[in-house]
Amino acid sequence: MPPEQERLAKIKSNLMRRAQIYDLARDFFRGRGFFEVETPTRVPAIAPELNIVPEESSDWYLITSPELHMKRLLAAGYPRIFQISHCFRKGERGRLHNPEFSLLEWYRSAAGFQDVIIDTEQLVTAIAGKLESGNTINYQGNKVDLSLPWPRLPVREAFIENAGWDPVANYEPERFDHDMATLVLPKLESARPTVLVEYPAAAASLARLKPGDPAVAERAEVFISGLEIANAYSELTDADEQRKRFEAEIQQIQREQGRKMKMPESFIEAVGYMPECGGIALGMERLVMLFCNAGSIEEVTAFTAGNI
Amino acid sequence: MEIEEVHKNTKLLYQNKPWNVDGAEFVKPGKGRAIYKLRLKNLLDGGVLDVTFHSGEKVDEASITNTEMQYLYKEADHYVFMNTQNFEQTFVTEKQLGDKIKFLKEGTLVNVQLLDELPIDITIPTFVELAVVETGSSIKTATVTAQNKSAKLETGFTIDVPTFIKEGDVLKIDTRTGNYVERLGTKK
Repeated sequence: MPPEQERLAKIKSNLMRRAQIYDLARDFFRGRGFFEVETPTRVPAIAPELNIVPEESSDWYLITSPELHMKRLLAAGYPRIFQISHCFRKGERGRLHNPEFSLLEWYRSAAGFQDVIIDTEQLVTAIAGKLESGNTINYQGNKVDLSLPWPRLPVREAFIENAGWDPVANYEPERFDHDMATLVLPKLESARPTVLVEYPAAAASLARLKPGDPAVAERAEVFISGLEIANAYSELTDADEQRKRFEAEIQQIQREQGRKMKMPESFIEAVGYMPECGGIALGMERLVMLFCNAGSIEEVTAFTAGNI
Repeated sequence: MEIEEVHKNTKLLYQNKPWNVDGAEFVKPGKGRAIYKLRLKNLLDGGVLDVTFHSGEKVDEASITNTEMQYLYKEADHYVFMNTQNFEQTFVTEKQLGDKIKFLKEGTLVNVQLLDELPIDITIPTFVELAVVETGSSIKTATVTAQNKSAKLETGFTIDVPTFIKEGDVLKIDTRTGNYVERLGTKK
């Protein structure tokens, strides 16, 4: 058999399972009163992010996430929406990354990050139940117990324990990213999912600060057996604050990397109309990898950068 | 070169030493800075080093040239090769040659990978012709088939050969596996 046919024959069962997981995810959200939306893939402006480099398309961009347009729908009174969309991030290629990948994002009004984390717990266990793997799955030699609730671990505690310093008291961005990847994440318990909660305020991104404790942001990330699965926020709904954060980010990107990013004005205008809400982005390939016991994104994607 | 361009088997100069990239892992938290975890193998002494780089960082690519050389002789603990173009001599250590020593006889042409003037690796021919210097008439060996016996080659390396092989026979050997391929004739 020619190499391509052999490769695709080998991952066919994973791709069929991937389709099944997409169906189960859609069923899950429809059953909870969410409806599926579609937003553009090619856009004039995106959220400026220092560590996410977009693919340019003429003088526009391919989306790195559907977040901004989905929030514009929220601001217009769409209370529960979800979408599975292709996203693009330049240069991200490795065992867990492909420059084109799929994000499942959903937003819930009158809610915060804790609520969309609970959605995630229920989504993952619902899929596990339907795939007949029950609440225990085997991933790359590890048994993972998915039973609810998943442990929540404040970022501050995880860092003091494994990296020996407190990033909430004294945030050092480069040290934070480096220690997170090399010291903290490798030490998370492999037998249980972990939800890292309360990121340092300086790493808030598009999350609001915690009322009563503005040193931390209402942001959480879900990790299962070494895989970063999802990133959740209690969404920032203060337009002035959002503009300030983006301005600072745009300046830093220009200063450190020489990239020019534009302010996404239509989004900023919508922010002030957004209801209090929680939102989350979940990497579909990572979820499928987990349920296929796949060690690499290439095992769950028909065509990746290496064989496109 | 940009760290983004480094992949497995890229040759790098790092801390003034030449390395082969044995493994390259891309680690990136969604919102965080990308980290490249490299496993480097020292091209001179085989030592292993794990290092991390961040996106935007640059590394020095080692420029490697391939030069045809002839193996001349062994001297103390190194092996002497001669550039067939300019007749300059190069010394290679036993450690760098590894298992390839088994197939090297004086006069063999090989490809030497040079980093500047420094030899870092050697590619030997896939097939070599070596004469048998010693073999019993019918030695019982513990190998899979009873038709095999062992034979010592002119390089000192011992392999399994069919029972009809005699001292003085010239054999074709596959250097990738170290196996006997066929008998080519008899050395007069």
